[in-house]
Amino acid sequence: MKDWPLWEVFIRSKQGLNHIHAGSLHAADAEMAIENARDVYTRRNEGISIWVVESKHVKASNPEDQGALFDPADNKIYRHPTFYVLPDELKHM
Amino acid sequence: MKDINIEDQFQAKIDAEIKIEPKDWMPDEYRKTLIRQISQHAHSEIVGMLPEGNWITRAPTLRRKAALLAKIQDEAGHGLYLYSAAETLGVARIDMLNDLHSGKAKYSSIFNYPTLTWADMGTIGWLVDGAAIMNQIPLCRCSYGPYSRAMIRVCKEESFHQRQGYEILLTMMKGTDAQKRMVQDALNRWWWPAISMFGPNDAESPHSKQSMAWKIKRFSNDDLRQKFIDVTAEQAKILGVTIPDPELKWNEERGHYDFGQINWDEFWEVVKGNGPCNRERLEARRQAWEEGAWVREAATVYAEKKARKNQEAA
Ligand SMILES: [Fe+2]
Ligand SMILES: [Fe+2]
Repeated sequence: MKDWPLWEVFIRSKQGLNHIHAGSLHAADAEMAIENARDVYTRRNEGISIWVVESKHVKASNPEDQGALFDPADNKIYRHPTFYVLPDELKHM
Repeated sequence: MKDINIEDQFQAKIDAEIKIEPKDWMPDEYRKTLIRQISQHAHSEIVGMLPEGNWITRAPTLRRKAALLAKIQDEAGHGLYLYSAAETLGVARIDMLNDLHSGKAKYSSIFNYPTLTWADMGTIGWLVDGAAIMNQIPLCRCSYGPYSRAMIRVCKEESFHQRQGYEILLTMMKGTDAQKRMVQDALNRWWWPAISMFGPNDAESPHSKQSMAWKIKRFSNDDLRQKFIDVTAEQAKILGVTIPDPELKWNEERGHYDFGQINWDEFWEVVKGNGPCNRERLEARRQAWEEGAWVREAATVYAEKKARKNQEAA
């Protein structure tokens, strides 16, 4: 018999917050994945909304490329407010 | 030469308390150790439901029954978090289950002891979940990200397990003499297996050193056992029961309780499969798996049929 596919589970803990990855589980289809996610990951009111996505559809960046992938942001300190020199008497900005 | 470099880099990350994530490079032995440990841990959660499941229908009140059911359901959840953490290391769920059912994989020996009276439910919560918590709290800081995250979730849920068990015993200790005797009898049977849960003495635990260097383990077996005995001895006083170890005595100098020698022959016999309930536990798991086969199959076929229909309609 075929093993049920693996699903990644994302939970929104309350209105106004993002869905956050909670873990994974096996289920025959999306409907069952949501029901199982309810029982596995929200037994204590941890969520008000669930997303599930089959793990095989998740494309991930490669940890070995981490340096090259993220280094464009490394030398752009002017993207941060502290880069700018302003007079002390300026109280609010 | 290049390999040595990668291993050094890996160890440097561990030393700097940087978590290892599934797609990161890791030594084969690190991966293997984690797969073994996490899957054994998962099996323990799953098999651990059986001794308590034995008492659901006979819980003395609805309150106790609801709590016991919720606890056992948590253990199922713990098993599932852990199986998926193990899967991130490249092992398939089905292979782990097959290893459990064939008897190849191990699980905690404590679950191979029978639950004879209601006091056993209290004692399991108090001692077995108590020892598990002691083991699991340092695992929240384990170097492998998915394991550590699963353990954080588990630890949040465990504290009610121990408290519900201790409350059962407190209630019984306020009851009749027969009830008090029942609590003492349960403690007499569970004490030694419970303190064996921390595993062999450090000198007999050859893999421990590497696991400590990799920060999979944070404390040695003997350190955790000592810590458990120190807190449990005090809890026993409040309960008014006697721990069945004539050598248990506070040692002012060490600042710890001294205690007697564990019967390691018995421990290894149970590990080898010769405990009082090994066969029964495995049989129950296999039966549940086999009797659920038609459900798994039906769900698969139903999902395929639905997917086909959706495609035709599109
Ligand atoms: Fe658990
Ligand atoms: Fe527990």
